[in-house]
Amino acid sequence: MAEMTFEELRTMMREAAGEGDDVDLGGDIARTPFGELEFDSLALMEMAARIKQEHGVEVPDDDLPELKTPQMMLDYVNAQPAVR
Amino acid sequence: MTASPAVVTGLGVIAANGVGAEEYWEASLAGKNAIGEVSAFDSSSYPIRLAGEARDFTGADHLPSRLTKQTDRATQMSLVATEWALADAGVEPETFRDYDMGVVTSSAAGGYGFGQAELQKLWGQGSEFVSVYQSYAWFYAVNTGQVSIRHGMRGSNSVLVGEQAGGLDAVAHARRNIRNDAATLMVTGGTETTLCPWGWVAHVADSRVSRKSQAHEAYLPFDVEASGHVPGEGGAILITENADTWRARGGGNVYGELAGHASTFDPPPESGRGSTLDRAVLNALADAGVTPDEVDVVFADAAGLPELDAAEARALTKIFGPSGVPVTAPKTMFGRLYGGGGPLDLATALLSIRHDTIPPTTNTQVRAADCASLDLVLGEPRRSEVRTALVIARGYGGFNAATVVRDHPH
Repeated sequence: MAEMTFEELRTMMREAAGEGDDVDLGGDIARTPFGELEFDSLALMEMAARIKQEHGVEVPDDDLPELKTPQMMLDYVNAQPAVR
Repeated sequence: MTASPAVVTGLGVIAANGVGAEEYWEASLAGKNAIGEVSAFDSSSYPIRLAGEARDFTGADHLPSRLTKQTDRATQMSLVATEWALADAGVEPETFRDYDMGVVTSSAAGGYGFGQAELQKLWGQGSEFVSVYQSYAWFYAVNTGQVSIRHGMRGSNSVLVGEQAGGLDAVAHARRNIRNDAATLMVTGGTETTLCPWGWVAHVADSRVSRKSQAHEAYLPFDVEASGHVPGEGGAILITENADTWRARGGGNVYGELAGHASTFDPPPESGRGSTLDRAVLNALADAGVTPDEVDVVFADAAGLPELDAAEARALTKIFGPSGVPVTAPKTMFGRLYGGGGPLDLATALLSIRHDTIPPTTNTQVRAADCASLDLVLGEPRRSEVRTALVIARGYGGFNAATVVRDHPH
């Protein structure tokens, strides 16, 4: 499967958890901690489910806390072999 | 020392005949019927097709996508009605201590629409496709939880599930927390919606829901043709405050005081002991320190079924005498709102106190013989001084609740 792009990840973030009152996911968020984007643990689990569905890459729950920014999550996904 | 009264300082209303307290009140005085065929889904194959649908309400118009992604429509109604009620009360939650504010709502259904979508994914695509937010989006307590989180209200938070009487009990619990000094401000009330196929089949299974297909014939409480009720969606959120702290923050908007409440539970039908609705009303009046002749209007439960209507008429006639008090049921315009019904009737009662006007019962035409002793406000609103109002709610399975509200000096 082709590498996931940052824009694909951004779209997925919007679809998974939406945007809060004070958070704009359209900006330069690659290195913004998920916490500052108001992505809580459930929002990250929802992201992981979508990554698996759309890219065939498993992100185990135990690894989620280590993926602190969107860029870290993207790099993680693209470093994994797709299981599909 | 007597506890400081709990006053209602803000209202947020969502109903089929009006979104926002003002629009709702105007529509209710005009007798605007808003029952019609369900449009939220294709109801053509169902034996019941009428609902009081709040078509003018769209959660996404008022809430960020972060919240609409993780909430059912019922929760979105609670969140939006709370924002309206807080603005109406002139309350900025960040100026309160977080543990001095709490939330107690009622719910009879939970988040049906959200749950249906996720169940379809579960059985259609597989468990990994189910949204993580289903973990709480369906849950009865979620309206309370989301309101609490959004406004940083970290004090006493709870939910009451008591079918169609639970709304009055929830507001009573808010009052209790204020009078016990457990909170200075409580967000209370309830909103409900079940307008999705999964919610609808529950109504189909309920013999209390009318099978009539014409909107003006379906929900006629106290009428000879009464055949059940029509389910509606919406409800009301009330801001209640300790009267002393309300005055200390500058007073301002106030609708009235939560003066008394009682609830009872009926004995089993086979016991032959009959309904305890009269005791709920008498205990609520006693709790308020009000005699029957001081009550200016009764907002009836108005089940719309001959036996239940007769039982309510009997209880009211026993306590108030024949035609002893004006009785009304504006819910004929928008249906029964389950957990949201009692709170919306309370909001309507408080608006009646403010405007000295009683909104009418619509559609009911020919009074059933055993309901003839009621002074029913029919068709047209009635101008009349309203200082004290009684609200009644009953729920399937034997729940009875009664609440007294009265005016409060500005």
